[in-house]
Amino acid sequence: MKAHVSTTINQEPVEFLCDPAETLLKVLRDNLGMTGTKEGCGSGDCGACSVMLDGELVCACLVLGVEAEGARIETVEGVASADHLHVIQEKFLEHAALQCGICTPGLIVATKALLAENPNPTEADARYYLAGNLCRCTGYDKIIKAVMDAAETMRQGEAHE
Amino acid sequence: MAALTYHAPTTLDEAISLIANASLPAKVMSGGTDLIIQMQRMLQTDRLIVDVKKIPEMTAATLDEGGLKLGPALCCAKLTRRQDIKALYPGLVEAAYLIGSTQVQGRASVGGNLCNASPAADTIPALIANGAICLVEGTNGRRRVPVEAFVTGVGQNCLEPGEMLASLEIPQPLPRTQDAYLRFIPRTEMDIAVAGAAVSLTLDEDGICTAAKVAIGAVAPTAIVVPDAATALIGSRLDETALTAAAAAASDAANPISDRRGTVAFRRHVVGVLTRRAATLAAERVGALR
Amino acid sequence: MSEARAFKHIGQRTIRPDGFDKVTGKANYGADMSMPGMIWGAILRSPHAHANILSLDTTRAEASPDVLAVATFQDFPSVNDAAAAAGTLKSSLMETAENILAKNKVLYHGQAVAAVAARTEAAATAALALIDVEYEPLTPVLTIDAAIADDAPLLHPTMMTQGLLEPATEPSNIAARMELKKGDIEAGFAEAEVIVERSYNTPTVHQGYIEPHATVVRFDDNGPSTIWCPTQGHFDVRARVAQLLNLELGQLKVVASEIGGGFGGKTTVYLEPVALILSKKSGRPVKMTMTREDVFRASGPASASQSTIKIGAKMDGTITAMQATLHYEAGAFSGSPMGPGCMTVFTPYDVENLYVEGFDVVVNKPKVAAYRAPGAPQSEFAAEMAVNELAAKIGMDPIDLRLKNAAKEGTQTIYGPKLKVVGLEACLEAAKNSDHYRSSLGEHVGRGLAAGFWFNIGGQSSVIINLNPDGTGTILEGSPDIGGSRASMQMMAAEVLGIAPGKLNPIVADTEHVAYNQTTGGSRTTFATGMAVIEAAESVVDQLKSRAAAMWNVTAEQVEYSDGVAANLAGEDRLSLAEICANAEKTGGQISGTANINARGAGPSFAVHICDVKVDPDTGKTDVVRYTAIQDAGKAIHPSYVEGQFQGGAVQGIGWALNEEYVYSAEGVMENAGFLDYRIPLASDLPPIETIIVEVPNSFHPFGVRGVGETGIVPPLAAVGTAVAEAIGMPVTSLPCSPPKVLELLLSKS
Repeated sequence: MKAHVSTTINQEPVEFLCDPAETLLKVLRDNLGMTGTKEGCGSGDCGACSVMLDGELVCACLVLGVEAEGARIETVEGVASADHLHVIQEKFLEHAALQCGICTPGLIVATKALLAENPNPTEADARYYLAGNLCRCTGYDKIIKAVMDAAETMRQGEAHE
Repeated sequence: MAALTYHAPTTLDEAISLIANASLPAKVMSGGTDLIIQMQRMLQTDRLIVDVKKIPEMTAATLDEGGLKLGPALCCAKLTRRQDIKALYPGLVEAAYLIGSTQVQGRASVGGNLCNASPAADTIPALIANGAICLVEGTNGRRRVPVEAFVTGVGQNCLEPGEMLASLEIPQPLPRTQDAYLRFIPRTEMDIAVAGAAVSLTLDEDGICTAAKVAIGAVAPTAIVVPDAATALIGSRLDETALTAAAAAASDAANPISDRRGTVAFRRHVVGVLTRRAATLAAERVGALR
Repeated sequence: MSEARAFKHIGQRTIRPDGFDKVTGKANYGADMSMPGMIWGAILRSPHAHANILSLDTTRAEASPDVLAVATFQDFPSVNDAAAAAGTLKSSLMETAENILAKNKVLYHGQAVAAVAARTEAAATAALALIDVEYEPLTPVLTIDAAIADDAPLLHPTMMTQGLLEPATEPSNIAARMELKKGDIEAGFAEAEVIVERSYNTPTVHQGYIEPHATVVRFDDNGPSTIWCPTQGHFDVRARVAQLLNLELGQLKVVASEIGGGFGGKTTVYLEPVALILSKKSGRPVKMTMTREDVFRASGPASASQSTIKIGAKMDGTITAMQATLHYEAGAFSGSPMGPGCMTVFTPYDVENLYVEGFDVVVNKPKVAAYRAPGAPQSEFAAEMAVNELAAKIGMDPIDLRLKNAAKEGTQTIYGPKLKVVGLEACLEAAKNSDHYRSSLGEHVGRGLAAGFWFNIGGQSSVIINLNPDGTGTILEGSPDIGGSRASMQMMAAEVLGIAPGKLNPIVADTEHVAYNQTTGGSRTTFATGMAVIEAAESVVDQLKSRAAAMWNVTAEQVEYSDGVAANLAGEDRLSLAEICANAEKTGGQISGTANINARGAGPSFAVHICDVKVDPDTGKTDVVRYTAIQDAGKAIHPSYVEGQFQGGAVQGIGWALNEEYVYSAEGVMENAGFLDYRIPLASDLPPIETIIVEVPNSFHPFGVRGVGETGIVPPLAAVGTAVAEAIGMPVTSLPCSPPKVLELLLSKS
């Protein structure tokens, strides 16, 4: 018996039907066609499916679709505004902080959460906060440089909102 | 995929009623970070999921002169932001903070970690070292269970059908008491503990240890208390002899297995090293108290 | 090609053209596709590591109303045993087919045995229980030693070792042997004043791409069927699927989706042929994905290895002889990268006397696939460790020892050709002068250095550049972009055409819209596809000149073109590219340039890495505290993406050296088939990866390019291994240097 869920995704009201056993990740990707959130492992070990749920950074593969009832969800699709990229996205491009790009949506969401919680992280802070986002292509070096540069730019108030 | 029936009650009574009257196997859902993975492996079993996160007292954390009353379903991310709780129980908070990644922290809970009863659960040694008491509620009423008696085996806890963990009570520590939890993992994050040690210490004004409790994890089917390690520390200034004896007691008490995460020899050796280091850290924290 | 050439766009750090879609989640990877009417396929996998299939009965599945199609090996039209080229690994078609769906036997836990399609993913998975398979379990063979033992159970009862000096008379688990030699190895050892001899082993590791295999396939009776998949080589997918299913190439269209990592592991097919069979039988498009567990259990990892190295040298550091015996695990079917491993092992050294013997050994593990410089990390790890041991033994700095014996222009390789100009000495000098190498070591810190070599390849690339009437344009190429290559294509074309890179849109076209392109692999893309882009752009320039000439009523020889402007040598007239394009209709039609090449002259890339590790003496835990990757890029088109290749390869190598390994039960079941216990490096595990790009141009490429994608994974194994050995004061011979192994070494010291 499918469950009916009403929730908010990227500030917009959304309704969907889902099997209670389906994860939020499957619901986003297969029911709602929001394929920006990626599946790398399905078991919460890689962070490719990172989304915000009621203000906390979570793996969508470790949340049931039914748990989204009444919640506030933010995905990578909501990070850029209608006419420009978020400064985090710009810095990732500027620093070549992606190669294949599959881990990038999860990292963008996680970085946004990091900088909301800690606008002035050290490099170690950033590396530990983002430890749950696996990348196999870049060796993380340019990712961390992009994160630190984004942090500085945002602190200087040049961030687009 | 199995048929799941999902309920998110808003009161404890409702939750207990659902669990007690379930015609399907019932599982209490806290953060879900262990449960969802386990459910995916058991494809054929229909079950009832009772999500307790909408029950206010299950996610509350109140601190008063009696100590900490912790809602079992409070996510670790929120718990570890509580500087007041961290000041009193730094080891417990750091144990909670070590569970998984930042993303897992956004869901995982101390109560879930405890009830899941993995031999390597990070919070259990720290809960033991702090003398935590589990408040269990069910159709037969309430009972209080010391946390070291709560876990009964690998993945097994003492909850009877119709019962659930309603609260965790961690007593107010004595003055000049601090705890520490350290674990060994091969990387820097993410891994399941290969060995873990929690130490709570009370030092007097001269730096002599007057009380201690040592619990080790991931080196036996359940976390275990090591009274001999505590004895080795009590009455000492945590000098080399005392620390070595405590470490040896922990290694002796360990009963580890060899698996994809570590060997028997490795775990036995390292749990001793961690006990020594956790004791030293707890003592430093006491020293830094004002 | 002049070294002093000043480039306008080459060497800049542009924003990659496909980047916007990647940072917003809009880019479509393998599992992001849906088609109307789509159903889902699922695969039934073997529960045994080694077993005969006594019976396979799909009756119940066929009868179920939930099941829309079933596939088994019987659905491959009769497969003949012709060799199918697969990048640097050879593999017969029959073996490829059996690896996709088992025939009579299962040879690894997780091997695909049958497949079903149903309306939902959950229904397909549940329907697998309707397939009845009867197995006769056999004893699994899980190590090289077990495989080559006299009484070893045979995986393939008719496998006779190829390449023996005397032909094999008995079947065995050794698929092949090879031998390479140069000079007189006995004489070489006779002259030696010091000998180092040691055996090493490396574990089975996985490429570890974050995107699992996935495909969406629609069979069409009346036109080409469509395969959408993340792959490094969509033309190769087309070829293999056509061969397996007896189709003409024109009956298949393969679209390369964006790809979430490959590193060689996505140069073969697993799901696509099965999905096509299911689509044909059901009449519906079929989607199939692998779980992360499936990826570990049933997609090609990289070979485990056992190597013995013997080096002879004079006390002054002149190496007189180098010898290697290399064993590689091929997994369930023959085809380990034994060949490239043998060819590369000693190539960083200009030594008179070499002898290498290699063995390709089958075991009950998944069939291996290419992984970044396949075979070289394993063999060069052993060689570099031994060279470092030699340096320590004679009291010589490891860089100086390598400089004394460095491969250079004119060095005769063991595998045939003489090296042309190469950058090993330049890399060694850069290492010697680096900040890192000059820095002092802290307590419990050890330092290791190692060199690495990979050949790189050229091969076939086909490119079309189409210009629009307003001077913007499209670059149609066919090299799936695994690391940012579209940016480099844009820059190379812009350099030739003299316009801003942003005016050109590079597209990885599907197999119907561009001519054949060889697989993205072998570090070939910037070199060979880049060469084709340059040639196509030069063709466009020729056309621009002749159109300008027509507009000016002069001959083409009187027109010069540079910096995006055509100039009339016989007058003052100037026309920009955009102006010429605007008049294209009048001067003969639209302008486009094509190049279909088979690029020759790929230049090898040498690298030198330096690694400092700190080892906790009480636990054996190893932390990398400083790392520098130095590599010859020939000419770095986009320095950020060149650095990215160095860093990515380095970190994969660090993982291989420290924590990554397949852990097997006695029954041959992988116990750590997930990212929790298969431990790839995390951001918090690593320091910054410093890079130094050395540029010793490859004269065969118009801009001097050498491929860089692969070499970077070769040096880290020995750089880390040596650093650990230095930190703990004990020899390291076995990877990974996981804490239990390092602690054991530490404790054995006393």
